[in-house]
Amino acid sequence: MTRTERWAGGLLAVLVLGTILVPLVARKDPLAIDDVLRSRLVGPFSTDEAGQFHLLGTDRFGRDLFVRMMLAGRLSLAIGLVGSAVAGVLGVAVGAIAGWWRGAFDRVAMAVSDAMLAIPRLILLLLCAALWRPGTVTVMVVLAATGWMGVARLVRAEVLGARERPWADAARAVGTPPLRLLVRHVLPNAVGPALVATTLGVGNAILLESGLAFLGLGVQPPHPSWGNMIAGGRDLIVTAPWVAIAPGLALVLTVLGCTLLGDAWRDRLAGEGPTTLADRA
Amino acid sequence: MTFLARRGVAALGLLWLVLTLTFALLHAAPGDAADLLVAPDAPPDAALQLRRELGLDESLAQQYGRWLSNLLRGDLGESFRRREPVTRVLAEALPVSLWLGVTSLALTFIVGVAVGALQASRKDRPTDRLLTGLTTAIYAAPSYWLALSAVALFTYGTSRLGAPAWLRLPAFGLTSPASEATGLAILPDLLRHSVLPIVVMAAVGAAGIARYARTALLDLRRSEWVRTARAKGLGPRRVMFRHLLANALPPLVVLLMLALPGVVAGSVFVESIFAWPGMGRVMLEAIGARDYPVVMGATVAYAGIVVLANAASDVLLHVVDPRRR
Repeated sequence: MTRTERWAGGLLAVLVLGTILVPLVARKDPLAIDDVLRSRLVGPFSTDEAGQFHLLGTDRFGRDLFVRMMLAGRLSLAIGLVGSAVAGVLGVAVGAIAGWWRGAFDRVAMAVSDAMLAIPRLILLLLCAALWRPGTVTVMVVLAATGWMGVARLVRAEVLGARERPWADAARAVGTPPLRLLVRHVLPNAVGPALVATTLGVGNAILLESGLAFLGLGVQPPHPSWGNMIAGGRDLIVTAPWVAIAPGLALVLTVLGCTLLGDAWRDRLAGEGPTTLADRA
Repeated sequence: MTFLARRGVAALGLLWLVLTLTFALLHAAPGDAADLLVAPDAPPDAALQLRRELGLDESLAQQYGRWLSNLLRGDLGESFRRREPVTRVLAEALPVSLWLGVTSLALTFIVGVAVGALQASRKDRPTDRLLTGLTTAIYAAPSYWLALSAVALFTYGTSRLGAPAWLRLPAFGLTSPASEATGLAILPDLLRHSVLPIVVMAAVGAAGIARYARTALLDLRRSEWVRTARAKGLGPRRVMFRHLLANALPPLVVLLMLALPGVVAGSVFVESIFAWPGMGRVMLEAIGARDYPVVMGATVAYAGIVVLANAASDVLLHVVDPRRR
């Protein structure tokens, strides 16, 4: 493991553990609102009038920001991971079928992917959020539906290249059935690039999810998401800047971890081109 | 010429695909415009009548044909909310977004390439490490969060710290509401209002471009012709400007095309935070009001901009890279 991989992996591990453990050990329900007047907008590292210590302060309803941030992290990480994992699997499947069997499916799949790549992903997400009911499941489905094209193109290119290799001919000559040749010999070559693209996609998906939540089209309050927490601190940015800054830092750290890990894995594969840009929120 | 013609046909084909996809999405969604427009207490046949008026009772193929032929004639329908043609709503918002997009893209490109080139020439030295950390962190930050932080810093922060007046920047709207200037006289005010939105958008984009430019330049520096250039006694500056940057130009043109969707999408957040009446805000308001014709029109316009820019960058690539002719 390189130093970058250790740092990025460690950072993500701490974040994941924190999001799982902190809400479990919290003394108070992070969604509950009680004595608002005595506990609202307490600054970071200070104690409210009831004698409760708040590491990152409280929001306008007196809820502890640190616990809420960790609870929000569960949802943001889960949506990012599931959304891009499903997109990755979908991309591998479409790319493999299109590259291996070619024909009409290949032409239709590539045309659809061209068209979807021509609409900025955020606009596509906004369109879907407008047409269907906004919520956690919608965001996950839409992230998966708008994220498969990159992986599909990568895998298709790998499969197209691999089927013409001498070892593919050799495998055919000894009587390997086509499906076995595809799954056991051709696809493993494409797994590396697909995994890198998917890892880099997790950071992207988390940014897009938070962006939708910020605009009120993603995860809906009272469930916390980093995006809707930042939105909640939007009009307090001058009087109580910590409300918006804390969840933003968590978001930056998470995306940083995913980007560094994806970059390190790509360097390991070598021969891949330099970083490509994707839509960011 | 054949290249241009082929490129044009491909762009048109792609545009048609995008339009079809948008139409398919709209009709795959549950409910239709009539469910939305008819009051809940209206008689049951009101919805039926409205569907007939809007042509929603026709077959899907007929609706698709009508929608596409209207679109080709420049008719995107009428906004449900504002009762005006969608084209007029979009035409009002487009210049605002273009101003934001074009200026920030230009700044993105200049700053990004400069930072990337500086990093490549100082590889693994403190400058490079510092800039790598900075660009990676900014690239990981959401633009709306950077925008909020910039607002806090340059409105409240600077006035509280007693910073000079030119550092206290406006963070709301295109011009000051009190300003009565017209014509060219609004320019200074407009520029002051543009500083924060443009800088925030350019920062995110430039971080990405710098990361890419650094890698691209370092890859090129390993080429044999660079060693030859150095061996014949050319200084590092001349190698960088005359040889490396000239060869890195084609990939950077491709990059500009790749950065465009990000810039276009980023404007949604920046326009929303700085209250700029651009396309992004129009789209968000239309989504909030379920104003489908405007949402569809904005999507089509966004896709049109991307397709157009892709085609333009292909042509540009043809110009800057003589090997492709």
